[in-house]
Amino acid sequence: MPATDTEDSRRGARHEPPGRGTGGGGAPGSTDDSDEMASGLDALESPVSATAATSRRVLAKAAPPLAAVALVLALWQTAYALNWSASLPSPAAVWGELAGAWSDGTLLPALGHSLLRCLAGFAASAAVGVPLGLLLTRVAPLRTVLGPILSAVQSLPAAALVPVAVIALGNSEGAVYAVVLLGAVPSIAVGVTAAVDRIPPLLLRAGRSMGAGGLRGAVHVLVPAALPGFVTALRQGWTFGWRALMTAELITATPLPGIGRMLDAGRQGGELSLVLASVVLILAVGVLVESALFSPVERRVLHSRGLASATGR
Amino acid sequence: MSTELATPAPAPSVTGAGAGQARPYAVRLDHVSKSFGSSPGNRQQVLDGIDLTAAAGEFVCLLGASGCGKSTLLNLVAGLDHPTSGEVRVPHGRPALMFQDHALFPWLSAGRNVELALKLAGVPKSERRGRAEELLRLVRLPDAYGKRVHQLSGGMRQRVALARSLAQGSRVLLMDEPFAALDAITRDLLHEELTRVWRERELTVLFVTHNVREAVRLGQRVVLLSSRPGRVAREWDVDIPYPRRIEDSEVTSLAREITGHLHEEIVRHARH
Repeated sequence: MPATDTEDSRRGARHEPPGRGTGGGGAPGSTDDSDEMASGLDALESPVSATAATSRRVLAKAAPPLAAVALVLALWQTAYALNWSASLPSPAAVWGELAGAWSDGTLLPALGHSLLRCLAGFAASAAVGVPLGLLLTRVAPLRTVLGPILSAVQSLPAAALVPVAVIALGNSEGAVYAVVLLGAVPSIAVGVTAAVDRIPPLLLRAGRSMGAGGLRGAVHVLVPAALPGFVTALRQGWTFGWRALMTAELITATPLPGIGRMLDAGRQGGELSLVLASVVLILAVGVLVESALFSPVERRVLHSRGLASATGR
Repeated sequence: MSTELATPAPAPSVTGAGAGQARPYAVRLDHVSKSFGSSPGNRQQVLDGIDLTAAAGEFVCLLGASGCGKSTLLNLVAGLDHPTSGEVRVPHGRPALMFQDHALFPWLSAGRNVELALKLAGVPKSERRGRAEELLRLVRLPDAYGKRVHQLSGGMRQRVALARSLAQGSRVLLMDEPFAALDAITRDLLHEELTRVWRERELTVLFVTHNVREAVRLGQRVVLLSSRPGRVAREWDVDIPYPRRIEDSEVTSLAREITGHLHEEIVRHARH
């Protein structure tokens, strides 16, 4: 019995393919066939993406920096407890310095002045640097002349610019802004130029073949194609501007004190706890702007282009 | 059908594959030459006296080894470059161009890529969404509208690129080795898709490839270009009825004949 069964089914199987072939043959049948082929191939070849739970992602993202902060605090506390350096204040003393500055109402204005200057300076730098960078990619002779100058200024430490600005513009907001602009504009312009240089030529060619030349090409192809590079350029511009601002505030005696002034006050009074408190503030602002502003924007820009898998998560 | 009744003069037959000369042309090149380099010392002639006509609705495959100037030729027809001498005529406006790489814009979804082409072609905003979805259905990607380019497979990307080319509204489609980077199974499928779309939309296709069997499987005419400089070496009318398959014996035997001539062209360079 079982033997004949298998024989029957085998014979059935042998006869089946031609039967199905005649059933699905003909012109309409063959289109259906390739339609199914197409969707089958599409399903097989489409990348499979797995997403972890939100809570786990947040934890995975927050844990390493928190651990790093805890490690630094632990080392610091140990160094203090073992009295490695006579002048080293404890983490608690630095925290007390910050709390004191908060309660006597000097912390918030200092933070506000510095942030406001950096934001205004950054906005102005972007407003100058981005068009300047784009202009350099369009006008070759201008690039030949200005390119090396911008690179040179970019490598100049802000500390070298402050005396120049102070002598030229006095102990004024103008001098501070001049230093911030000179710090940020070259790095933004150079970054924007590099971003445009790195656009795949094929995309520009495709755009031109579709009729996107000139201004339309810039709006629909060039700028969106270079956007990841623009974000990098702006982020670097912010960093350069923030550093330049701290240097400027440290040296320039502006009417409105910023964090840089706090740092200078600590230096002049020989209070390391105040100096370290200022350093902690400067660091905190840097980390905050980075993680709250630039990282999300960059991740979004890269992710939408399928580029974030290496850096994101 | 109505035009047939209305036209008193005997209209040229458009059904036969060999009737190319009688039909109105969609692309015509007369003695087109192209050289690069300004000084006489490093001047390099890429194309030399190309005469080529593609009738409206014709599928022409351009075949050649490296250095035959096929990309340059397509650039000239696309209007992205100008010939050194001779004349390129494309009476129905800017042709659409497709590349080996899909060249889709990665910052836009598949549907938005198609819509941008529609926008640049002057299609009003209210119509774009519907037209884009229709074109994606045409290339059998009805669900791809919101997908990002990186979420699509290679074959799907080329189909979106085809939809985007069609969105430009041109009746002339220039293709620069569009399937060269795909695997054989996907390529086979896209050959079928392309011939279907070509017939449905009555397109004129200029298809550049270095794959002889692909050229024979797709084209009504195969033009063999010689290399350095590019010249028209020989032409074949492919009278094999559609639908064809790449493994058909007629396709294979004509491909073998053409391959022989292609090898002759390549060997000629070894002697020099």
